[in-house]
Amino acid sequence: MELCDIIKPENLVYKKPELMNDNPMHYCPGCSHGVIHKLIAEVIEEMGMKEKTIGVSPVGCAVFAYNYLDIDWQEAAHGRAPAIATAIKRLNPGKMVFTYQGDGDLAAIGTAETIHAANRGENIVIVFVNNAIYGMTGGQMAPTTLEGMATSTTPYGRDIALNGHPLKISNLLAQLEGTGLVTRQSVQNPAAVRKAKKMLRKAFENSMMGKGTSVVEFVSTCSSGWKMTPAQSNKWMEENMFPAYPLGDLKNVD
Amino acid sequence: MAEDIKLMKGNEAVAHAAIRYGVDGYFGYPITPQSEILETLTLEKPWETTGMVVLQAESEVAAINMVYGGAGTGKRVMTSSSSPGISLKQEGISYIAGAELPCLIVNVMRGGPGLGTIQPSQADYFQTVKGGGHGDYRLITLAPYSVQEMADFVGLGFELAFKYSNPVIMLADGIIGQMMEKVILPPFHTRKTEAEIIAESPWATQGKTAGRKPNVITSLELDPAKMEENNIRFQAKYKKITENEVRYEEFQCDDAEYLLIAFGSSARICQKVVENARNEGIKLGLLRPITLWPFPSEIISDYASRVKGMLSVELNAGQMVEDVRLAVNGKVKVEHFGRLGGIVFTPDEILEAFKQKIY
Repeated sequence: MELCDIIKPENLVYKKPELMNDNPMHYCPGCSHGVIHKLIAEVIEEMGMKEKTIGVSPVGCAVFAYNYLDIDWQEAAHGRAPAIATAIKRLNPGKMVFTYQGDGDLAAIGTAETIHAANRGENIVIVFVNNAIYGMTGGQMAPTTLEGMATSTTPYGRDIALNGHPLKISNLLAQLEGTGLVTRQSVQNPAAVRKAKKMLRKAFENSMMGKGTSVVEFVSTCSSGWKMTPAQSNKWMEENMFPAYPLGDLKNVD
Repeated sequence: MAEDIKLMKGNEAVAHAAIRYGVDGYFGYPITPQSEILETLTLEKPWETTGMVVLQAESEVAAINMVYGGAGTGKRVMTSSSSPGISLKQEGISYIAGAELPCLIVNVMRGGPGLGTIQPSQADYFQTVKGGGHGDYRLITLAPYSVQEMADFVGLGFELAFKYSNPVIMLADGIIGQMMEKVILPPFHTRKTEAEIIAESPWATQGKTAGRKPNVITSLELDPAKMEENNIRFQAKYKKITENEVRYEEFQCDDAEYLLIAFGSSARICQKVVENARNEGIKLGLLRPITLWPFPSEIISDYASRVKGMLSVELNAGQMVEDVRLAVNGKVKVEHFGRLGGIVFTPDEILEAFKQKIY
């Protein structure tokens, strides 16, 4: 059998989403961002919304998200994505609007914008990547850094007396009447990816059905920041991150 | 058709003008002395008539970022605030300038620094025309001196913002914002449709349709060679604006031997000073910059060869006077007179200062 006999539409079991372009990704090996990007691309495509979707990228590792997904994007100042998305959606209610934010962006500098957009029940999707560290700037403490976890600004481990507690901001967002869906997912294995995609799709659908703000938190790895191999990172995440940030729906209003 | 003459505050005029000029969105946060803008808009409920979005944001920071988001979709969007709130907006303003987005910002100035006072001031001149936020950028700055101009400059502001894809700021003060006078409101303009927006602003994030590249609104460029190119493009645009958009008004300047230079409410008071001086036989004129950036340097330079001296009259410690001196370039004496911290000068004390410093 020749190669050309195999490459046929009926034999296709997997392909890159059309929305993902061929730009080389800057993410580190083992990083969760690439998988999450792919899931977003798949959901937008499967919903037939690629001509109506506007993404808002953050300041953080995903600052160049707009280089990888062929949709219209706005690059936000650090933490301000929910305010920007608010106006995009309010002024263009027929569009599908999402923010893509890390833990520092969403839960530290952008806390006010996040809480108030969610409290107003803006019909947007907030994709929240929580890897408990500032990846882009070189591994500093994030609001979600675990107690005792070493980072470049907590070299002896996060000290609660000094730095306060890991911020479970999704739990806080789930308390707000403006949110319709708040869920915590992960993408470290195929089963988790499938489950995460299902909830991501629901989040985007909710945003178009006027069901308020949808928050999809991805508990994620940062191999470079954590100074571990990708395999070690996944194991460390399961053993340490999941107890602090348990997976599942925090709120799912039908 | 009879003219639509109303009696109202400058702040109210801004709100009514915004609805009538077909503005798509207003995002603001309460602060004295400009809260009537948001209050008037919410009272008028334009979302039920023109479809205009009016939203009270959680902070000035959020409001300016909402403006960024709305402007990025090609819509006509604006915000307003007063001095301390405008300081909070500076990050967003720098990003808007860096992403070359059109929008209108209104600053109804009050006395500072810090929390300062709620009384009128013109002490944000430097912040507005010399920077404010980070980076090499410029704001087209319109300085109204009447309620009528506060209404008119909403229209002019958006016209210039879209002509140059650049933020425009209306630099008013607590006097113009709060005082009531007659105003002729503009006729109603319909808001632009999505198709019109896409035609007018093909860069807008209206959803990537087949056959075009994704539109990305950003001020980020890590490659310094490309970032320099961007900056060179900005500077070329600013040069064009400087060449084409200088606006000023001359008041009894034809035979003037001396000039007052004043903007906004100071110019209003200086008109009386000119009148009083001329009653005493002093040939005094007034030049009122309407655009503070671009600054009317050329006409001031021309006058420097014809008059004996100039007094820059400002409600601050001497800010615009620096630009007057740059324009005059040492040809004649230029001095400053101001009152600070929310105190407004009288015509008599301005004339007295003129006699002491210049005459």
